[in-house]
Amino acid sequence: MSVEQWATLSDQAFDGAAVVLALAWIAHLVEYAASRKVAYAASPVTVGAAAAPTPTELPEPERRATLFGRIGVALSVLGTGVLGLGVLARGTAAQRVPWGNMYEFATTGVFLAMVLYLVLVKLQGIAWLGPVVTGFAVTVLGLSLLVYTPVGPLVPALDSHWLVLHVVAAAIAGGAFVVGAGASAFFLVKSRAERRTPVDQRHGYLWRLPTADSMDRLAYRVHAFAFPIWTFAALIAGPIWAYYAWGRFWGWDPKEVWAFITWTVYAGYLHARATAGWRGKGAAIIALIGFLTFVFNFVGINLFGSGLHAYAF
Amino acid sequence: MVLDERLGQRPDTAPPLPARQFARWIWRQLVSMRTALLLLLLLALAAVPGSFVPQVDVDAQAVFAFAEKYPYLVGTFEALGLFDVYASPWFSAIYLLLMVSLVGCIIPRTFVYARALRARPPKAPRHFDRMPASGAFDTDADPDVVVGRAVRALRNQRYRVDRDAGTSEGPVPHLGVVRAEKGYLREAGNLVFHVSLVGVLVGVAVGSLFGYRGSAIVVEGEGFSNTLTQYDDFTSGALFEPSDLPPFSVALEEMNVSFWIDGTQRGAPRLFEAVGSVTPAPEEPAEPFDITVNNPLQIDGTSVFLVGQGYAPIVTVRDSDGEVVSSGAVPFLPADPTYTSNGVLKISATDPQLGLEGFLVPTTGVLDDGTIVSVFPSAFDPTLSFFAWEGDLGLADGSPQSVYSLDKEQLTRVEGADGEALRINLGRGESVELPGGGGSVSFDGIRNFARFQVAQAPLKEFTLAAAVAGMVGLLGSLFLRPRRAWVRVREVDGRTVVEVARLDRVSGADLGADVDDLVAAVSGEGVARGTSGKDRARRAGLSGEGVARGRDPES
Repeated sequence: MSVEQWATLSDQAFDGAAVVLALAWIAHLVEYAASRKVAYAASPVTVGAAAAPTPTELPEPERRATLFGRIGVALSVLGTGVLGLGVLARGTAAQRVPWGNMYEFATTGVFLAMVLYLVLVKLQGIAWLGPVVTGFAVTVLGLSLLVYTPVGPLVPALDSHWLVLHVVAAAIAGGAFVVGAGASAFFLVKSRAERRTPVDQRHGYLWRLPTADSMDRLAYRVHAFAFPIWTFAALIAGPIWAYYAWGRFWGWDPKEVWAFITWTVYAGYLHARATAGWRGKGAAIIALIGFLTFVFNFVGINLFGSGLHAYAF
Repeated sequence: MVLDERLGQRPDTAPPLPARQFARWIWRQLVSMRTALLLLLLLALAAVPGSFVPQVDVDAQAVFAFAEKYPYLVGTFEALGLFDVYASPWFSAIYLLLMVSLVGCIIPRTFVYARALRARPPKAPRHFDRMPASGAFDTDADPDVVVGRAVRALRNQRYRVDRDAGTSEGPVPHLGVVRAEKGYLREAGNLVFHVSLVGVLVGVAVGSLFGYRGSAIVVEGEGFSNTLTQYDDFTSGALFEPSDLPPFSVALEEMNVSFWIDGTQRGAPRLFEAVGSVTPAPEEPAEPFDITVNNPLQIDGTSVFLVGQGYAPIVTVRDSDGEVVSSGAVPFLPADPTYTSNGVLKISATDPQLGLEGFLVPTTGVLDDGTIVSVFPSAFDPTLSFFAWEGDLGLADGSPQSVYSLDKEQLTRVEGADGEALRINLGRGESVELPGGGGSVSFDGIRNFARFQVAQAPLKEFTLAAAVAGMVGLLGSLFLRPRRAWVRVREVDGRTVVEVARLDRVSGADLGADVDDLVAAVSGEGVARGTSGKDRARRAGLSGEGVARGRDPES
């Protein structure tokens, strides 16, 4: 295949992945709608391929909810596969790692977030995060078309081995932040519901989900995974590269400022989980703020257009 | 600031505290986890304005532009240090307090940790079945053999192991107890991480005290020697001495610049490469160099980076008699991605003095209204466009002036025959006679220039090592699992019963499986009949970690 064909394949794969993931999202929304009237016992059922009871044993609405949950996960797997094909084709077409501009970072980042999510669906049964994660993936894939960049070579400043390490680490950490933010957000909703809803009124989607405590634990694990990677991306690989490219390892460029803010806020999250009065709700809110700073750094700072990261990640 | 609850957070609320107690109370507040957390969040918040307000250290030009646009804000912003946030007293106060809080936490914890390292693994619990995971079995084996097996099994799993001899005293008489603990490195990692943060701060602080950074524009065919006067801008730390500058000099032979001419990236940079020779010290032989973006030149602990490039039109000015009064390449500063570049030429040898102010476009395009614009960044078809000014350049009073702008106070613009300001556009090789016998200006060609950044960042290797050590420590503190295990041999109703229990001090492990393994190892051929944590957990409809939770001391 020629470079142009690979580039076309990549574009088509991204479009296809966006459509499939949108369908996965819709399936999860149907799952939500179908389970609205279902009453659940006090002990929660874990949603997920392995843990869910076989559909035939269940009453109709719950059967439908479980079915659509599974369809959502299956479509997510398919969409992620297609997305991975797109990333691969993009790299083949450009003959370099496929994260050299904002568009490529967004698509590769969404791919990594989806892979992490699906691995955790398999290992930890977190398919309940499906609506948030697929929704986020579709949104980012859609918005990435606004910064669409045809396949092309790198500018000299990006021509460095550190591009591979620095950017991919940032993307992996970003993918984990997405999953972690989803878990923290669900935790806030669920723990509030657990506090306020009498046991006999617990029916609907929320009660299909695991306990708030296990959501909180998942959020912690994902963030604990992401934080050292972010540390490496933002505070080790980034400064080393900045030293070679710009002659200083830290210069409070707006992108650096916000990478530092994100790091500090997530460090705050890890501490908050061990501080009386901040565990649970407080920590979860800090995690969500951390996620917002990450998103702002990627979107807001790039659109401001100032600073040395003008070629934009 | 270290991941744990700290003791002594709640002070007595007794009225008037003596000064010493008050100081103690303040100190405890400062080193409390809550304060550390608030300081962390405050630090994040305090960093925000510096990304919106232009910073002197980042982009001094942008600060001037901001000041011109919002003159009414300048005074307040300056007073608040908003143009230099990261060196401002309030920002410094936050991170210094954070560091004090951190050190105040690390030191006592280091002592606690040192004691824990020397102490024996903790005593066995009275009720093994209340531990998150436990098991028991009968055996015919000799109690000493069982204890021996348990010690070996736990040592193989890298536990630190200790044993209690059998006793008939105390609440639970037994024939022998093995107590074991591992995962000590978690707290070590935690301490290393926090010490490293101090290390990074010290490295950055000392580095910036002794370091320097400056930039200089060097035109092809010209050179640069490393002395203060040769820099266009220069910043250095408080303890830096100009005599510390290594005495090297650089001669730039070629600045190779190319841009993508076709394809989707048309106009994007393709190659920037500065080629020339460097003389490490006077009277030493010159060595060739080849600096590209991402590949600086290293001399004497100093690095020379290629951080920019641009065009210097070669302009010759003659007076009305045809004598050359000014000749040479004058760097014009690029202002946009297509290298529309602005610059100034000051000729003080004529009377009246002459100033030319204008711009250069490397590849000329003409809009419908006659405006000249740059259509491509390479110098394929350049145009030099300028206004001429006559009068006094204002150089005589000795006050410093930018070489990139004219002080127009005592200058008047040269006008054309129509009485309008005369805009002069010259292509490469063209020349023009100034009206009124003011001489002539010719645009003879273009040379490329390189903008080099010269920097010395002492202790950068130390800072990097601290950052890497910090990350390794962080990994340890997040992923190592401190665990405890006990094996107890008792005689119950004439039978020898072996009990096994484990405790994971952070959540998330499948302790049940571990206990089953340990039971198998200790029992040899004995038949396990006990309830492992996993079994109990299954019966309770929860996973093993669900049981372990609730006794989490940490995460």
